Amino acid sequence: MKSLIQFDQDGRLTHFLTIRGLNRETLSEILDDAESFISIGERQIRKVPLLRGRTLVNLFFEDSTRTRTTFEIAAKRLSADVINLNASRLSTNKGERILDTIRTLEAMHTDIFVIRDNASGTSHLLAEHMPPHVHIINAGDGRHEHPTQAMLDMFTIRRHKKDFGDLRVAIVGDILHSRVARSQIHALGILGTRDIRVIGPRTLLPTEIERLGVNTFSDLDEGLEGVDVIMMLRLQLERMEGQLIPSSQEYFRRYGLTTERVRRADPDVIVMHPGPINRGLEIASEVADGENSLILEQVTNGIAVRMSIMAKVMDGQNSSQEADK
Amino acid sequence: MNSTILPNPDELISAMGASLRSNLVDDPILIGIHTGGAWVAKRLHANLGLTTPLGSIDISFYRDDFSRIGLHPEVKMSEIPDDIEDRSVILVDDVLQTGRTIRAALNEIFSWGRPAVVQLAVLIERGARELPIQPDVVGVRLNLDPSQHIKLSGPEELKLTIMKKHL
Repeated sequence: MKSLIQFDQDGRLTHFLTIRGLNRETLSEILDDAESFISIGERQIRKVPLLRGRTLVNLFFEDSTRTRTTFEIAAKRLSADVINLNASRLSTNKGERILDTIRTLEAMHTDIFVIRDNASGTSHLLAEHMPPHVHIINAGDGRHEHPTQAMLDMFTIRRHKKDFGDLRVAIVGDILHSRVARSQIHALGILGTRDIRVIGPRTLLPTEIERLGVNTFSDLDEGLEGVDVIMMLRLQLERMEGQLIPSSQEYFRRYGLTTERVRRADPDVIVMHPGPINRGLEIASEVADGENSLILEQVTNGIAVRMSIMAKVMDGQNSSQEADK
Repeated sequence: MNSTILPNPDELISAMGASLRSNLVDDPILIGIHTGGAWVAKRLHANLGLTTPLGSIDISFYRDDFSRIGLHPEVKMSEIPDDIEDRSVILVDDVLQTGRTIRAALNEIFSWGRPAVVQLAVLIERGARELPIQPDVVGVRLNLDPSQHIKLSGPEELKLTIMKKHL
C-alpha cells in the first residue's frame, strides 16, 4: 500500500501525502489542534516557538501563490525558518532533477519539504527517498491528492456544521481532473458524511467513482436539492481546449452556481471554493461574495490547519516520555 | 501507595484565597494553566469574587520538550478574557516542580501583551526545581520522593493522589 509510506515504524504520521488510509481519529486530532492554532492569530504576537530552529522548504514545481503563501505564514507562526523555491522552470528530466534538488536541500538540514508538482505521486517518490528525520507534506500532486486543502475544507465545514453524520455535501465541477475533489471525497468518507454527491458533466466524472461511496449527478439542480454544503471546484480553462466541455457560456449555463441554484439547497447551506475562483464560469459573483460563501474564511482557516499538520508530522521523535511538570 | 495523609484541596484553596486577598491590587486577571491549574483557578476566582472573567491557558505550544514528546494529545484553547497590557496577572497551577511549565506559561502570557506584574499561586509546591522560579502563594509544600507523582483530579470534586511514577 502506497499510503503506508506516510507512517513511521511506530505507526505515527511522519509525512502528509494523502488522506486515503488515514483514520477518523487522526483527522479529528488535526482538526482539534487547528482550533487551538486559530487562537494564535488573535494574539498580539502571532507566533509560537514550536518549530523554532527548524527549516521548512516550500518546493513548488507548479505555481500557486495562495497555497505557498499560507504554508509560509503557517510555518512562520510556528517560528520555523522558511525558504521558498519556485522550481517550475527546472522541468526537463524531472524525476531525476527533483530527487537531486531535494537531496541537495536535505544536505542543508531541511526538516520539512512542502511539495507541489503537476505529476501525480511526486511527494510519494520523495518520501520514499528521505531519511526518517525529514518530513514531506503534499501541497498538491497532479491529479492525485491535495490533502491539506481537503483538511482545511473539513475544518471549515466543522466550524459551521458540527456533525458530518448528518450532512449532505455536494462537490461540483471537474471531478475527473481534480486532486482537491479526490482528497475531499476521502476525507468526507472517513469523517462519516451521510451523503456525498459529486456533480459535473459526464465527461468530467471519473468512471466507477461510485466505488468511493459517492452519489453522482450530471444535473446540477437535481444534485443540489437539500444539500448542507456546496464545494465548488475550479475549472481549469485548458480543459476546454480538450473539448471536454463545450464553451464557457454553456458550462456556466449548466454548471455555474447561481443564486437561484443555491436556493435548491438547505437554507443554511455553506458555499466553498478552493480558489482562485473563475467568476462567471463555475460560480456567479453574487454567490461567491454572498452571505452563504465561506471562500475567504477558508483561506484564513488554511493557515491554522497547515500549522496543525506541520506540528503533527514533526510531533515528538520519542513519544513515550512523560512530560515534566 | 504512600501513607501520607494528603490535604483537602478546597481547604488549601481557601487559605490561598485569604493570602492573595491580603495584598490584592485592583482587578487582577486570574489565569489557570490547563488542566489542573484551571480547576484551582476557577475556585480561587469565586473565592476572591473577581470581576474580570477567568482566563485559562494551554502551554502545549510553548513547551521546551516538543521535539522529544510532541504535542499533548488534546491541546486545549487558551482564553485570555481581557486585554493583558499593563494589568496585574495571577498565574495559577496545581503543582510546581521543575518550573518548566511556568516558564512556558510566562512566554505564552507575554505573547498576549505586557502585563504590569505576574504573581504565581500554586496548590502544591514540591522540590526538584530546574529553573529559577518561585511561587508567591502556596497551598502546601510537600517533600516527596522523586519516584512519587502527585496528581490532582477533578473538576467536580478536587482530590489529590500520590502515585508511583512509571519509569
